[in-house]
Amino acid sequence: MEDKKVMLEVNDLQTTFFTDSGDIPAVDHVSFHVHDGEVLGIVGESGCGKSVTSLSIMGLVPNPPGKVVGGDIHFEDKNLLDLSEREMRKVRGNDIAMIFQEPMTSLNPLFTIGHQMMEAVLIHHKKKGKQYAKDRCIEMLELVELPRAKDLMDEYPHQLSGGMRQRVMIAMALICDPKVLIADEPTTALDVTTQSQILKLIKELNDRLNTALLLITHDLGVVAKTCERVIVMYSGQVIEEAPVDKLFDSPKHPYTQGLIQSVPDVRKKQDRLYSIEGNVPLPGSIHKGCRFADRCKFAFDRCFNENPEFYQTSDVQKARCFLYDKEGAVEHDKALTRS
Amino acid sequence: MLSYTLKRIFQLIPVLLGMTFIVSMLIRAIPGNPAQVILGQQATAEAVQALTEKLGLDKPWYIQYIDYLKGILTGDLGESFRTHAPVVEEIWPYLAATVELAVFAMIIAIFIGINAGIVSAWFQNSWFDYIAMVLALVGVSMPIFWLGLLGQWGFALELNWLPTTGRESVRDPVNAITNFYIIDTIIQGEWGQLKEVIRHLILPGLSLATIPMAIIARMTRSSMLEVMRSDYIRTAKAKGQKMFFVIYKHALKNAFIPVLTIIGLQLGLLLGGAILTETIFAWPGIGRYIYDAIGFRDYPVIQSGILVVAFIFVMINLIVDLLYSFIDPRIKYD
Repeated sequence: MEDKKVMLEVNDLQTTFFTDSGDIPAVDHVSFHVHDGEVLGIVGESGCGKSVTSLSIMGLVPNPPGKVVGGDIHFEDKNLLDLSEREMRKVRGNDIAMIFQEPMTSLNPLFTIGHQMMEAVLIHHKKKGKQYAKDRCIEMLELVELPRAKDLMDEYPHQLSGGMRQRVMIAMALICDPKVLIADEPTTALDVTTQSQILKLIKELNDRLNTALLLITHDLGVVAKTCERVIVMYSGQVIEEAPVDKLFDSPKHPYTQGLIQSVPDVRKKQDRLYSIEGNVPLPGSIHKGCRFADRCKFAFDRCFNENPEFYQTSDVQKARCFLYDKEGAVEHDKALTRS
Repeated sequence: MLSYTLKRIFQLIPVLLGMTFIVSMLIRAIPGNPAQVILGQQATAEAVQALTEKLGLDKPWYIQYIDYLKGILTGDLGESFRTHAPVVEEIWPYLAATVELAVFAMIIAIFIGINAGIVSAWFQNSWFDYIAMVLALVGVSMPIFWLGLLGQWGFALELNWLPTTGRESVRDPVNAITNFYIIDTIIQGEWGQLKEVIRHLILPGLSLATIPMAIIARMTRSSMLEVMRSDYIRTAKAKGQKMFFVIYKHALKNAFIPVLTIIGLQLGLLLGGAILTETIFAWPGIGRYIYDAIGFRDYPVIQSGILVVAFIFVMINLIVDLLYSFIDPRIKYD
């Protein structure tokens, strides 16, 4: 993995929503990177900042109220945050493409599939002409394994099922050969069978086209099936980063441990499913200290007063928890012996 | 689509029938005998009686109504008590004058209203948005007779840019063919007259456009704000599309259906003859034609005039309904 080129690097990204009830740091000093052809999973529950992170990369954070207030996003020697809107438009859909959670509503209901897909080509390759765009659309529709590709071009989104629409979205996102594809919960709104088909398709296309993939999901099953490396987000921060096998075998952060325990195992008989007690802190109610402290069974004094750093726990794994600070671990042991 | 259209046209029959019935009841509720009004206060009772019989007003009202309906079925809208001319022939120049003014006003209202609404939604809470929406509120609330007078005072009397009243220059009248003066002058290549006709249209057109413009602007804004939050707008942006196309293509088409409804209703109202505007600007339109007929108790003109206006109104709304399915492929009528 080391010899691979870093396609996209996010450093210290901060996106804040300025609302009447106060400033909400939706993305708080988030850093990560994706290699060429790699599948990076971003996991976390609703409201943890996953989607805002992806919209920040695309430069599509709804403004007002949201705004990227700090950090940088490196893509091909450029900092995307320094680009003008005009330059950013050339990146969107062309170098970095995105597919969304809601296939039912993500396509414009009043234009044909063909029109919308051709638009995506023509925005970036106007000179190549309509015939090229049309051929390219049919080629892409076939690539995402949609039957009757030619007929589909003249159909409207409401004539297609959710799974088909998501395939169209994928075809449309990949139509300009983007170097990075951001998939924001691409399978959440689909039924289980369709879900696994779409995931399989995304994975295959990622292998075939060598597109770096940023897969945002709250579903650990999806992560296990698809991703190579995972970052776990909690309350706007990255709290753990690990290769996918390490994440499931030896999760380091107590939150990740909790998440993995919450996945029900059909082979074990359980009366009650495991869940992490408490709730994600409401944005705006964030106090100093570790954001997970209130819900953490290992929490000790320091956790409530200081925000932990991102500690390297092994060559490839990192966790934002004082348990992995040398002093912290000692304090924790002391705390344990006291109780 | 065709069968739906025919069904809808068929449904118009009871609507128009009910309308003629209500109108014929209402005009008989207006006090005053038409024969007396025509002959004047000094007329003898015998003369009034003779004229009443001649006009058929001595028959029971339901006989009169049935006679009137029979006439309509044969394409006869009756004869004016006053001028003795058939209403079918007499009404056309007035109707054409109203249509010309209403269409002119509506084009202004649609063009400015929609764009103001879009820009307000695009830059929501900007100074443009605030000013446009305050103006729209003023536009809806401003009485037309007051606005018309202000326009005449400012642009005609003080600045002397535009004429105060009428459809054409009195010194160089238009030779009417279709009675749509813009079309007539173009056919005849009378460019000087065309310029005059347009100059005469501006003030009444703007006055008449104010209310629909304000309503269209407000409707466009709220509809656009709703649409701009949609997922497919985000998709269009994520493709790298320019904001201008995202808004004028992807968003506007989706936001247009409620706006179209409003446009249809407003156009119907304007075509019904804007009596106030037509009076202030001495515009020889259908509103004034009917209004004058009421003064003379000219029953056939009142009845048929209102019937024509009602017919236009329901037809416009039918056309609007049919247009929905052209805009939105999900709307299917058969």
